[in-house]
Amino acid sequence: MQDLPNLKKLNRNEMAARVAADIPDGAYVNLGIGLPTLVANFLPEGREIILHSENGLLGMGPAPAKGAEDWDLTNAGKQPVTALPGAAFFHHADSFSMMRGGHLDFCVLGAFQVSATGDLANWHTGAPDAIPAVGGAMDLAIGAKKTFVMMEHLTKDGQSKLVAECSYPLTGKACVARVYTDLAVIDIGSEGFVVTDIVPGLSFEELARISGVAMRDGRL
Amino acid sequence: MINKIVASAEAAVADIRDGATILVGGFGNAGMPFRLIDALIAQGAKDLVIVSNNAGNAETGLAKLLKEGRVRKVVCSFPRQIDSWVFDGLYHAGKIELELVPQGNLAERMRAAGAGIGAFFCPTGYDTLLAGDRETREIDGRNYVLEYPIKGDFAFIKALKGDRWGNLIYRKTARNFGPVMAMAATTTIVEVDEVVELGALDPEAIITPGIFVQRVVPVAKAS
Repeated sequence: MQDLPNLKKLNRNEMAARVAADIPDGAYVNLGIGLPTLVANFLPEGREIILHSENGLLGMGPAPAKGAEDWDLTNAGKQPVTALPGAAFFHHADSFSMMRGGHLDFCVLGAFQVSATGDLANWHTGAPDAIPAVGGAMDLAIGAKKTFVMMEHLTKDGQSKLVAECSYPLTGKACVARVYTDLAVIDIGSEGFVVTDIVPGLSFEELARISGVAMRDGRL
Repeated sequence: MINKIVASAEAAVADIRDGATILVGGFGNAGMPFRLIDALIAQGAKDLVIVSNNAGNAETGLAKLLKEGRVRKVVCSFPRQIDSWVFDGLYHAGKIELELVPQGNLAERMRAAGAGIGAFFCPTGYDTLLAGDRETREIDGRNYVLEYPIKGDFAFIKALKGDRWGNLIYRKTARNFGPVMAMAATTTIVEVDEVVELGALDPEAIITPGIFVQRVVPVAKAS
Protein backbone atom coordinates (compact mmCIF):
# COMPACT_ATOMS: atom_id res chain seq x y z
CA MET A 1 0.00 0.00 0.00
CA GLN A 2 3.10 2.20 -0.27
CA ASP A 3 1.62 3.57 -3.50
CA LEU A 4 -1.25 5.22 -1.58
CA PRO A 5 0.36 8.21 0.16
CA ASN A 6 -2.92 9.78 1.34
CA LEU A 7 -4.30 6.57 2.86
CA LYS A 8 -5.44 7.00 6.48
CA LYS A 9 -5.55 3.50 7.97
CA LEU A 10 -7.39 3.19 11.28
CA ASN A 11 -5.31 2.25 14.29
CA ARG A 12 -6.60 -0.35 16.78
CA ASN A 13 -8.40 2.20 18.95
CA GLU A 14 -9.98 3.88 15.94
CA MET A 15 -11.19 0.50 14.71
CA ALA A 16 -12.69 -0.19 18.14
CA ALA A 17 -14.44 3.19 18.14
CA ARG A 18 -15.80 2.51 14.64
CA VAL A 19 -17.35 -0.80 15.81
CA ALA A 20 -18.65 0.74 19.03
CA ALA A 21 -20.44 3.50 17.14
CA ASP A 22 -22.65 0.86 15.47
CA ILE A 23 -23.80 -0.85 18.69
CA PRO A 24 -27.21 0.51 19.66
CA ASP A 25 -28.70 1.37 23.03
CA GLY A 26 -30.01 -1.68 24.87
CA ALA A 27 -27.84 -4.25 23.09
CA TYR A 28 -26.48 -7.38 24.73
CA VAL A 29 -22.95 -7.84 23.39
CA ASN A 30 -20.08 -10.30 23.73
CA LEU A 31 -16.61 -9.02 22.85
CA GLY A 32 -14.06 -11.67 21.91
CA ILE A 33 -10.53 -11.93 23.27
CA GLY A 34 -7.89 -9.61 21.79
CA LEU A 35 -8.73 -6.72 19.46
CA PRO A 36 -12.54 -6.84 20.08
CA THR A 37 -11.98 -6.30 23.83
CA LEU A 38 -10.96 -2.71 22.99
CA VAL A 39 -14.52 -1.95 21.84
CA ALA A 40 -15.59 -1.71 25.50
CA ASN A 41 -13.46 1.42 25.88
CA PHE A 42 -15.38 3.29 23.18
CA LEU A 43 -19.06 2.52 23.81
CA PRO A 44 -20.86 5.83 23.16
CA GLU A 45 -22.03 7.83 26.17
CA GLY A 46 -25.73 7.72 26.83
CA ARG A 47 -26.27 4.18 25.53
CA GLU A 48 -26.95 1.37 27.97
CA ILE A 49 -25.08 -1.58 26.48
CA ILE A 50 -24.76 -4.80 28.47
CA LEU A 51 -21.55 -6.78 28.05
CA HIS A 52 -21.63 -10.56 28.38
CA SER A 53 -18.61 -12.57 29.46
CA GLU A 54 -18.69 -16.28 28.57
CA ASN A 55 -17.49 -17.34 32.01
CA GLY A 56 -20.76 -16.31 33.60
CA LEU A 57 -21.28 -12.55 33.80
CA LEU A 58 -23.75 -10.10 32.31
CA GLY A 59 -23.12 -6.44 33.08
CA MET A 60 -19.36 -6.60 32.92
CA GLY A 61 -17.64 -3.37 33.87
CA PRO A 62 -14.12 -2.05 33.25
CA ALA A 63 -10.91 -3.34 34.80
CA PRO A 64 -10.62 -2.61 38.54
CA ALA A 65 -8.20 -0.10 40.00
CA LYS A 66 -4.76 -1.45 40.71
CA GLY A 67 -4.83 -3.26 44.04
CA ALA A 68 -8.60 -3.89 43.84
CA GLU A 69 -8.38 -7.01 41.64
CA ASP A 70 -10.69 -9.89 42.59
CA TRP A 71 -9.53 -13.13 40.95
CA ASP A 72 -13.00 -14.62 41.34
CA LEU A 73 -14.25 -11.88 38.99
CA THR A 74 -12.55 -12.27 35.64
CA ASN A 75 -13.32 -12.07 31.92
CA ALA A 76 -12.93 -14.57 29.09
CA GLY A 77 -9.26 -13.63 28.87
CA LYS A 78 -8.96 -14.45 32.61
CA GLN A 79 -8.17 -10.83 33.45
CA PRO A 80 -9.82 -9.15 36.47
CA VAL A 81 -12.91 -7.07 35.67
CA THR A 82 -15.73 -5.46 37.65
CA ALA A 83 -19.48 -6.06 37.81
CA LEU A 84 -21.75 -3.06 37.18
CA PRO A 85 -24.91 -2.38 39.24
CA GLY A 86 -27.51 -4.75 37.74
CA ALA A 87 -24.92 -7.40 36.86
CA ALA A 88 -25.76 -11.12 37.10
CA PHE A 89 -23.63 -14.22 37.59
CA PHE A 90 -24.60 -17.60 36.13
CA HIS A 91 -23.10 -20.99 35.30
CA HIS A 92 -21.55 -22.06 32.01
CA ALA A 93 -24.54 -23.93 30.58
CA ASP A 94 -26.68 -20.81 31.05
CA SER A 95 -23.95 -18.59 29.67
CA PHE A 96 -23.70 -20.59 26.45
CA SER A 97 -27.49 -20.87 26.23
CA MET A 98 -27.44 -17.08 25.96
CA MET A 99 -25.24 -17.43 22.87
CA ARG A 100 -26.56 -20.54 21.20
CA GLY A 101 -30.15 -19.68 22.02
CA GLY A 102 -29.90 -16.44 20.05
CA HIS A 103 -30.31 -14.12 23.03
CA LEU A 104 -27.16 -12.07 22.48
CA ASP A 105 -27.65 -9.26 19.97
CA PHE A 106 -24.05 -8.98 18.83
CA CYS A 107 -20.71 -10.62 19.22
CA VAL A 108 -17.48 -9.15 17.92
CA LEU A 109 -14.72 -11.61 17.09
CA GLY A 110 -11.21 -11.50 15.67
CA ALA A 111 -10.41 -13.54 12.56
CA PHE A 112 -7.68 -15.06 10.41
CA GLN A 113 -9.99 -15.15 7.38
CA VAL A 114 -13.58 -14.33 6.42
CA SER A 115 -15.10 -15.68 3.21
CA ALA A 116 -17.54 -14.11 0.77
CA THR A 117 -20.28 -16.38 2.13
CA GLY A 118 -19.60 -15.33 5.72
CA ASP A 119 -17.55 -18.36 6.76
CA LEU A 120 -15.24 -17.56 9.67
CA ALA A 121 -11.78 -18.99 10.40
CA ASN A 122 -10.31 -17.79 13.68
CA TRP A 123 -9.38 -20.75 15.89
CA HIS A 124 -6.67 -22.80 14.22
CA THR A 125 -4.02 -22.20 11.59
CA GLY A 126 -4.05 -25.88 10.69
CA ALA A 127 -0.28 -26.08 11.23
CA PRO A 128 0.57 -29.68 12.11
CA ASP A 129 2.54 -28.82 15.26
CA ALA A 130 0.04 -26.23 16.57
CA ILE A 131 -1.92 -27.11 19.69
CA PRO A 132 -5.54 -26.41 18.77
CA ALA A 133 -7.65 -24.36 21.19
CA VAL A 134 -11.19 -23.22 20.46
CA GLY A 135 -12.69 -21.90 23.70
CA GLY A 136 -16.07 -20.31 23.04
CA ALA A 137 -15.34 -19.15 19.48
CA MET A 138 -17.50 -21.73 17.69
CA ASP A 139 -20.43 -21.21 20.06
CA LEU A 140 -20.24 -17.42 19.70
CA ALA A 141 -19.81 -17.43 15.94
CA ILE A 142 -23.09 -19.24 15.31
CA GLY A 143 -24.94 -18.05 18.38
CA ALA A 144 -25.29 -14.28 18.43
CA LYS A 145 -28.03 -12.65 16.35
CA LYS A 146 -25.29 -10.76 14.52
CA THR A 147 -21.64 -11.76 14.40
CA PHE A 148 -19.22 -8.96 13.59
CA VAL A 149 -15.57 -9.49 12.80
CA MET A 150 -12.91 -6.96 13.62
CA MET A 151 -9.51 -7.50 12.05
CA GLU A 152 -6.62 -5.98 10.10
CA HIS A 153 -7.50 -6.05 6.43
CA LEU A 154 -4.21 -7.69 5.44
CA THR A 155 -1.89 -10.21 7.08
CA LYS A 156 1.58 -9.07 8.09
CA ASP A 157 2.90 -10.27 4.72
CA GLY A 158 0.22 -8.41 2.78
CA GLN A 159 -2.32 -11.18 2.08
CA SER A 160 -5.99 -10.21 2.15
CA LYS A 161 -7.93 -11.72 5.04
CA LEU A 162 -11.11 -11.38 2.99
CA VAL A 163 -11.14 -14.47 0.81
CA ALA A 164 -13.37 -16.26 -1.68
CA GLU A 165 -13.06 -19.41 0.45
CA CYS A 166 -11.25 -19.92 3.77
CA SER A 167 -8.08 -22.01 3.59
CA TYR A 168 -7.81 -22.28 7.39
CA PRO A 169 -10.10 -24.65 9.35
CA LEU A 170 -13.54 -23.09 9.86
CA THR A 171 -14.95 -21.78 13.13
CA GLY A 172 -18.44 -21.42 11.67
CA LYS A 173 -20.24 -21.54 8.33
CA ALA A 174 -22.05 -18.50 6.92
CA CYS A 175 -22.09 -16.74 10.28
CA VAL A 176 -20.39 -13.36 9.75
CA ALA A 177 -22.72 -10.41 9.04
CA ARG A 178 -20.16 -7.61 8.86
CA VAL A 179 -16.40 -7.07 8.90
CA TYR A 180 -14.64 -4.00 10.32
CA THR A 181 -11.05 -3.59 9.17
CA ASP A 182 -8.44 -0.85 9.33
CA LEU A 183 -9.44 0.05 5.76
CA ALA A 184 -13.18 -0.48 5.41
CA VAL A 185 -16.50 -1.76 6.69
CA ILE A 186 -17.86 -4.65 4.62
CA ASP A 187 -21.29 -6.25 4.93
CA ILE A 188 -21.77 -9.87 3.90
CA GLY A 189 -25.04 -10.77 2.27
CA SER A 190 -26.42 -13.14 -0.32
CA GLU A 191 -24.42 -11.29 -2.98
CA GLY A 192 -21.10 -11.53 -1.09
CA PHE A 193 -18.94 -8.62 0.11
CA VAL A 194 -20.65 -5.21 0.02
CA VAL A 195 -18.45 -2.28 1.04
CA THR A 196 -20.32 0.31 3.14
CA ASP A 197 -17.46 2.51 4.35
CA ILE A 198 -13.85 3.18 3.30
CA VAL A 199 -11.13 5.18 5.07
CA PRO A 200 -10.02 8.48 3.52
CA GLY A 201 -7.38 8.27 0.83
CA LEU A 202 -8.55 4.94 -0.57
CA SER A 203 -10.87 4.45 -3.54
CA PHE A 204 -13.26 1.51 -3.90
CA GLU A 205 -11.21 0.28 -6.88
CA GLU A 206 -8.00 0.35 -4.84
CA LEU A 207 -9.70 -1.44 -1.93
CA ALA A 208 -11.01 -4.14 -4.27
CA ARG A 209 -7.53 -4.58 -5.80
CA ILE A 210 -5.88 -4.89 -2.35
CA SER A 211 -8.59 -7.31 -1.20
CA GLY A 212 -8.25 -9.55 -4.23
CA VAL A 213 -11.88 -10.69 -4.01
CA ALA A 214 -15.11 -9.74 -5.74
CA MET A 215 -16.88 -6.93 -3.91
CA ARG A 216 -19.60 -4.41 -4.60
CA ASP A 217 -19.59 -0.72 -3.71
CA GLY A 218 -22.58 -0.32 -1.41
CA ARG A 219 -21.87 3.23 -0.25
CA LEU A 220 -24.76 5.63 -0.66
CA MET B 1 -29.01 -38.08 59.54
CA ILE B 2 -27.44 -36.80 56.37
CA ASN B 3 -23.96 -35.45 56.81
CA LYS B 4 -21.92 -34.93 53.65
CA ILE B 5 -19.16 -33.03 55.41
CA VAL B 6 -15.81 -34.79 55.09
CA ALA B 7 -13.07 -33.57 57.39
CA SER B 8 -10.19 -33.55 54.93
CA ALA B 9 -9.53 -33.40 51.22
CA GLU B 10 -7.39 -36.52 51.59
CA ALA B 11 -10.33 -38.51 53.01
CA ALA B 12 -12.66 -37.12 50.32
CA VAL B 13 -10.53 -38.41 47.41
CA ALA B 14 -9.30 -41.65 49.00
CA ASP B 15 -11.49 -44.00 46.90
CA ILE B 16 -10.58 -42.64 43.46
CA ARG B 17 -9.13 -45.44 41.39
CA ASP B 18 -6.84 -45.56 38.38
CA GLY B 19 -8.56 -44.78 35.10
CA ALA B 20 -11.31 -42.61 36.64
CA THR B 21 -12.89 -39.74 34.72
CA ILE B 22 -12.84 -36.58 36.82
CA LEU B 23 -14.65 -33.35 35.95
CA VAL B 24 -12.61 -30.46 37.31
CA GLY B 25 -14.23 -27.05 37.74
CA GLY B 26 -12.63 -23.69 37.13
CA PHE B 27 -12.05 -21.23 34.34
CA GLY B 28 -8.34 -20.68 34.52
CA ASN B 29 -7.75 -20.38 38.24
CA ALA B 30 -11.18 -18.92 39.12
CA GLY B 31 -13.13 -21.76 40.72
CA MET B 32 -10.23 -24.20 40.48
CA PRO B 33 -10.44 -26.72 43.37
CA PHE B 34 -6.73 -26.62 44.23
CA ARG B 35 -6.99 -28.46 47.57
CA LEU B 36 -8.78 -31.45 46.06
CA ILE B 37 -6.28 -31.67 43.21
CA ASP B 38 -3.37 -31.53 45.64
CA ALA B 39 -4.99 -34.33 47.66
CA LEU B 40 -5.41 -36.39 44.47
CA ILE B 41 -1.75 -35.90 43.60
CA ALA B 42 -0.83 -37.23 47.05
CA GLN B 43 -3.35 -40.09 46.74
CA GLY B 44 -1.65 -41.50 43.66
CA ALA B 45 -4.45 -42.46 41.20
CA LYS B 46 -3.18 -42.51 37.62
CA ASP B 47 -4.30 -43.05 34.02
CA LEU B 48 -6.95 -40.42 34.67
CA VAL B 49 -9.25 -38.69 32.20
CA ILE B 50 -9.64 -35.02 33.15
CA VAL B 51 -12.53 -32.92 31.83
CA SER B 52 -11.96 -29.22 32.43
CA ASN B 53 -12.11 -25.98 30.48
CA ASN B 54 -8.33 -25.55 30.41
CA ALA B 55 -5.37 -27.89 30.70
CA GLY B 56 -3.61 -26.31 33.63
CA ASN B 57 -1.85 -23.05 34.32
CA ALA B 58 1.80 -22.67 35.37
CA GLU B 59 2.89 -25.42 37.79
CA THR B 60 0.01 -25.70 40.25
CA GLY B 61 -3.40 -27.40 40.28
CA LEU B 62 -4.16 -29.33 37.11
CA ALA B 63 -0.77 -28.48 35.65
CA LYS B 64 0.87 -30.19 38.62
CA LEU B 65 -1.29 -33.30 38.18
CA LEU B 66 -0.30 -33.39 34.50
CA LYS B 67 3.35 -32.88 35.32
CA GLU B 68 3.23 -35.87 37.66
CA GLY B 69 2.26 -37.99 34.65
CA ARG B 70 -1.08 -39.03 36.10
CA VAL B 71 -3.36 -37.99 33.29
CA ARG B 72 -3.99 -40.10 30.18
CA LYS B 73 -6.40 -37.77 28.45
CA VAL B 74 -7.65 -34.21 28.71
CA VAL B 75 -11.08 -33.17 27.44
CA CYS B 76 -11.16 -29.38 27.28
CA SER B 77 -11.93 -26.31 25.17
CA PHE B 78 -8.80 -24.23 25.54
CA PRO B 79 -5.55 -26.02 26.41
CA ARG B 80 -3.14 -23.52 24.88
CA GLN B 81 -2.45 -20.52 27.08
CA ILE B 82 0.61 -18.42 27.82
CA ASP B 83 1.27 -20.43 30.99
CA SER B 84 0.27 -23.92 29.78
CA TRP B 85 3.82 -25.14 29.23
CA VAL B 86 3.29 -28.39 31.15
CA PHE B 87 0.44 -29.49 28.86
CA ASP B 88 2.22 -28.15 25.76
CA GLY B 89 5.31 -30.25 26.52
CA LEU B 90 3.32 -33.46 27.14
CA TYR B 91 1.25 -32.89 23.99
CA HIS B 92 4.25 -32.34 21.75
CA ALA B 93 5.95 -35.42 23.27
CA GLY B 94 2.84 -37.50 22.48
CA LYS B 95 2.37 -38.29 26.17
CA ILE B 96 -1.17 -37.03 26.52
CA GLU B 97 -4.36 -37.39 24.52
CA LEU B 98 -6.48 -34.29 23.78
CA GLU B 99 -10.18 -34.17 22.95
CA LEU B 100 -10.94 -30.57 22.02
CA VAL B 101 -14.57 -29.55 22.62
CA PRO B 102 -16.15 -26.13 22.01
CA GLN B 103 -16.73 -24.54 25.40
CA GLY B 104 -20.52 -24.44 25.20
CA ASN B 105 -20.64 -28.06 24.07
CA LEU B 106 -18.46 -29.03 27.00
CA ALA B 107 -20.94 -27.39 29.39
CA GLU B 108 -24.07 -28.68 27.63
CA ARG B 109 -22.73 -32.24 27.26
CA MET B 110 -22.18 -32.35 31.03
CA ARG B 111 -25.56 -30.75 31.68
CA ALA B 112 -27.10 -33.44 29.45
CA ALA B 113 -25.37 -36.17 31.44
CA GLY B 114 -26.76 -34.72 34.64
CA ALA B 115 -30.23 -34.27 33.16
CA GLY B 116 -30.58 -37.79 31.76
CA ILE B 117 -30.47 -36.74 28.11
CA GLY B 118 -29.22 -39.47 25.77
CA ALA B 119 -27.77 -37.10 23.15
CA PHE B 120 -28.75 -33.78 21.61
CA PHE B 121 -28.48 -31.95 18.29
CA CYS B 122 -26.36 -28.81 18.57
CA PRO B 123 -25.52 -26.22 15.89
CA THR B 124 -22.07 -25.37 17.27
CA GLY B 125 -19.19 -26.65 15.15
CA TYR B 126 -21.31 -27.90 12.25
CA ASP B 127 -19.11 -28.57 9.21
CA THR B 128 -15.92 -27.90 11.18
CA LEU B 129 -13.06 -30.22 12.19
CA LEU B 130 -14.56 -30.54 15.67
CA ALA B 131 -17.79 -32.09 14.41
CA GLY B 132 -15.77 -35.17 13.46
CA ASP B 133 -17.88 -37.80 11.75
CA ARG B 134 -20.80 -37.53 14.12
CA GLU B 135 -24.34 -37.69 12.80
CA THR B 136 -25.83 -34.44 11.51
CA ARG B 137 -29.39 -33.39 10.88
CA GLU B 138 -31.21 -30.45 9.34
CA ILE B 139 -34.02 -29.27 11.59
CA ASP B 140 -36.21 -26.35 10.54
CA GLY B 141 -33.63 -25.20 8.01
CA ARG B 142 -30.68 -25.23 10.39
CA ASN B 143 -27.88 -27.80 10.57
CA TYR B 144 -27.00 -29.61 13.77
CA VAL B 145 -24.43 -32.12 15.03
CA LEU B 146 -25.33 -34.95 17.40
CA GLU B 147 -23.54 -34.47 20.71
CA TYR B 148 -23.26 -37.07 23.47
CA PRO B 149 -23.23 -36.52 27.23
CA ILE B 150 -20.02 -36.36 29.24
CA LYS B 151 -20.34 -38.18 32.55
CA GLY B 152 -17.81 -38.12 35.35
CA ASP B 153 -17.00 -40.78 37.92
CA PHE B 154 -16.09 -37.82 40.11
CA ALA B 155 -16.39 -34.04 39.97
CA PHE B 156 -14.07 -31.69 41.85
CA ILE B 157 -15.56 -28.27 42.30
CA LYS B 158 -15.06 -25.19 44.45
CA ALA B 159 -17.83 -23.23 46.15
CA LEU B 160 -18.04 -20.40 48.65
CA LYS B 161 -20.37 -21.98 51.20
CA GLY B 162 -21.97 -25.36 51.73
CA ASP B 163 -24.06 -27.09 54.36
CA ARG B 164 -24.21 -30.70 55.53
CA TRP B 165 -26.88 -31.53 52.94
CA GLY B 166 -24.53 -30.34 50.19
CA ASN B 167 -26.42 -27.18 49.24
CA LEU B 168 -24.01 -24.69 47.67
CA ILE B 169 -23.51 -21.09 46.81
CA TYR B 170 -20.57 -19.86 44.76
CA ARG B 171 -18.61 -16.62 44.46
CA LYS B 172 -18.87 -14.39 41.35
CA THR B 173 -17.44 -15.89 38.14
CA ALA B 174 -15.80 -18.70 40.12
CA ARG B 175 -19.20 -20.43 39.71
CA ASN B 176 -18.52 -21.22 36.01
CA PHE B 177 -18.65 -25.02 35.45
CA GLY B 178 -19.43 -25.96 39.09
CA PRO B 179 -23.21 -26.43 38.85
CA VAL B 180 -23.15 -28.50 35.63
CA MET B 181 -20.25 -30.66 36.79
CA ALA B 182 -22.00 -31.31 40.09
CA MET B 183 -24.95 -32.74 38.13
CA ALA B 184 -22.83 -34.81 35.77
CA ALA B 185 -20.72 -36.90 38.15
CA THR B 186 -21.52 -40.01 40.17
CA THR B 187 -19.62 -38.58 43.12
CA THR B 188 -19.30 -34.81 43.41
CA ILE B 189 -16.73 -33.52 45.85
CA VAL B 190 -16.81 -29.84 46.74
CA GLU B 191 -14.21 -27.77 48.50
CA VAL B 192 -15.86 -24.85 50.27
CA ASP B 193 -14.42 -21.83 52.00
CA GLU B 194 -16.99 -22.20 54.73
CA VAL B 195 -19.40 -24.85 56.05
CA VAL B 196 -22.58 -23.27 57.39
CA GLU B 197 -25.42 -24.59 59.53
CA LEU B 198 -28.39 -26.18 57.81
CA GLY B 199 -30.87 -23.38 57.13
CA ALA B 200 -28.22 -20.66 56.99
CA LEU B 201 -28.32 -20.56 53.19
CA ASP B 202 -31.36 -18.77 51.79
CA PRO B 203 -33.36 -21.42 49.87
CA GLU B 204 -34.12 -18.77 47.22
CA ALA B 205 -30.41 -18.24 46.64
CA ILE B 206 -29.04 -21.81 46.66
CA ILE B 207 -27.37 -22.42 43.29
CA THR B 208 -26.59 -26.13 43.53
CA PRO B 209 -29.15 -28.14 45.53
CA GLY B 210 -27.56 -30.75 47.73
CA ILE B 211 -28.96 -33.70 45.77
CA PHE B 212 -26.15 -33.13 43.25
CA VAL B 213 -23.41 -33.19 45.89
CA GLN B 214 -21.96 -36.15 47.78
CA ARG B 215 -19.02 -34.75 49.77
CA VAL B 216 -18.27 -31.29 51.15
CA VAL B 217 -14.78 -30.47 52.35
CA PRO B 218 -14.08 -27.29 54.32
CA VAL B 219 -10.77 -25.74 53.32
CA ALA B 220 -9.09 -22.75 54.85
CA LYS B 221 -9.51 -19.84 52.48
CA ALA B 222 -6.26 -19.06 50.71
CA SER B 223 -4.84 -15.83 52.03
